[in-house]
Amino acid sequence: MASVRPFSRDQRTTIIYGMLAIVLVIVMLQLWLLTATMNAYLGGDEAVILPAGLVSLALCGLNVGLLRYVRRMERA
Amino acid sequence: MTEHIYLRRRERESMTTAPDRSPEDQQPAWREDFPIDWPQDQYVERRDFMKFLVLTSVALAVGQFWIVGENWLRRRRGLPPVRRVASLSEIPPGASLVFQYPGELDNCVLVRLSERDLVAYSQKCTHLSCAVIPEPEHGVLHCPCHEGYFDLRSGVPTAGPPRRPLPRITLEVRRQDIYATGVEMRTT
Repeated sequence: MASVRPFSRDQRTTIIYGMLAIVLVIVMLQLWLLTATMNAYLGGDEAVILPAGLVSLALCGLNVGLLRYVRRMERA
Repeated sequence: MTEHIYLRRRERESMTTAPDRSPEDQQPAWREDFPIDWPQDQYVERRDFMKFLVLTSVALAVGQFWIVGENWLRRRRGLPPVRRVASLSEIPPGASLVFQYPGELDNCVLVRLSERDLVAYSQKCTHLSCAVIPEPEHGVLHCPCHEGYFDLRSGVPTAGPPRRPLPRITLEVRRQDIYATGVEMRTT
């Protein structure tokens, strides 16, 4: 069975840069979602509130998953 | 010979260069005494920034569910009550009246536009909740805090920072009395 070689530091830095870009985009998307939902809530538009909450939760889960991957990568 | 951090004989993983990328002999002496592993520093900084962003992401998701909770509580409270505001004889055409609806702290403003036209809105500006002032002679509601203007007939913002219309209070005239019957919130 072939052993998996851990990433070098340069490779890990490149991976971190890529992940950081993804996480940054997701956080901006969540921020937009929060402001849009608040506007809808204050305007009495209730239909979007729960779906927006679930989408935000899913995006948060994706971010936590990426962070867990980084921790796993460092332990390897 | 002293071991130097810029020499290539070090392990590839821990090799580093000074931030100005100039050769070793041009570096100040303190750099030899206090070597900094720049690539490692860069990696750790990016990783910590990513952790901070993930924490922000969690906070945003919590905020989103706070809105869900607030909305659930609002629905549980049900429809606002029907409440008498004033009698028609108390407000001549062109006059206005401040009243509280649906709660005791929710100020609203009633304006009699003509003999038959009555409008009422929440007095809280949709920008930052300052009290709006009716100006029937100009056909507007004016928010003096940030110079916001709303159309008096529709409550729609016409100038300044507000983007949402004022919540409209639905009215009913029974005999000679004016009753508030509900709050109509709008996004456009």
